[in-house]
Amino acid sequence: MDYTAAQSGFRQRKLQHNMRLRNSSVDRPDGSQLFDDTSAAVPGPEGAYRNQQAGPQAAGLPGHSFLSDPMSNLAVAYGSSLASQGREMVDKNLDRFIPISKLKYYFAVDTVYVGKKLGILVFPYMHKNWEVNYQQDIPVAPRFDVNAPDLYIPTMGFITYILVAGLALGTQNRFSPELLGVQASSALVWLIMEVLAVLLSLYLVTVNTDLTTIDLLAFSGYKYVGMIVGIVAGLLFGRPAYYLSLLWCCAAIFVFMIRTLRLKLLSEAAAEGKLIRGTRNQLRMYLTMSIAAAQPIFMYWLTYHLIT
Amino acid sequence: MAFTLYSLIQAAILCINAVAVLHEERFLSKIGWGVDQSVGGFGDEPGIKVQLMNLIRSVRTVMRVPLIGVNSVCIVLLLLFG
Repeated sequence: MDYTAAQSGFRQRKLQHNMRLRNSSVDRPDGSQLFDDTSAAVPGPEGAYRNQQAGPQAAGLPGHSFLSDPMSNLAVAYGSSLASQGREMVDKNLDRFIPISKLKYYFAVDTVYVGKKLGILVFPYMHKNWEVNYQQDIPVAPRFDVNAPDLYIPTMGFITYILVAGLALGTQNRFSPELLGVQASSALVWLIMEVLAVLLSLYLVTVNTDLTTIDLLAFSGYKYVGMIVGIVAGLLFGRPAYYLSLLWCCAAIFVFMIRTLRLKLLSEAAAEGKLIRGTRNQLRMYLTMSIAAAQPIFMYWLTYHLIT
Repeated sequence: MAFTLYSLIQAAILCINAVAVLHEERFLSKIGWGVDQSVGGFGDEPGIKVQLMNLIRSVRTVMRVPLIGVNSVCIVLLLLFG
């Protein structure tokens, strides 16, 4: 709520606790309005109504001399209005550089989606329907379609990869805190270079596709799942387990990428499996194959130095 | 293997410099990659070579002036911090 910014001290905490008990039946967004609760149906108007509701309630609570003092009341209201103005300004300017609204689409996931997607990443052979559902030209949010790309799994996978790399280095007594930063920036650099290379090759082959840069970032980030599985297997069971699990995950990512990219890059007929001659379709096929083949190479390159 | 973001930026600056110094008359036309040779036929088949030539031309046009600033900054930083 807005009052949390201005409060400190025991009495205010007790006041907040009473308010929380009163409002416990209402579903509240946690923290500021920067993070909308996309799982609820309509969070916007309810949030505004709840803020107004909390105001009169707090002012009318008996026995707390803090908020019955009109000067402090005024100060709290002024401070909260300043804070919300500042937040609006930051939001407006930030939206110019980083398209936050577009990013929110990629993080609209839930547990079921993440579970299914992880399953497909490790075992894509049973999945039949790889098409992304559309809703009036806008791709459906990842929560409702398991084939839609998301950024949650790649981000979490990246962070987990760095942590697991630190763990692996620690078991070999090679760890120091700077190495975590080095690993992180190396992996990030390789990721950026891969996305730039894919963008360049998509431009050169003049593919008309609706793949955005963030989609490519998401697809390139899916390999971190396989890498983590490989490293963990190598840590638990030794080198042969590392090679075996890495081989399995490489094959899985290869099949996953080919099946996903086939629908996006190739023309309609070629995507259904008919062999269509012509340099353009051949080029596109080669492009798809090379993007998919680059994933296992990166997976091996980024993990082999972590396993003794 | 120990890449940092700064080495990526340096590599990018070097690559863009390399593309920007390709001279139109003296070099690109001589090897058949000039702008006047990129007018292909109609239809939607530009081909890789034409796309590459367009890319080189647009990089040169866009990045000529900003590269002056970026290179100067890079030189100063390298002189100061090695």
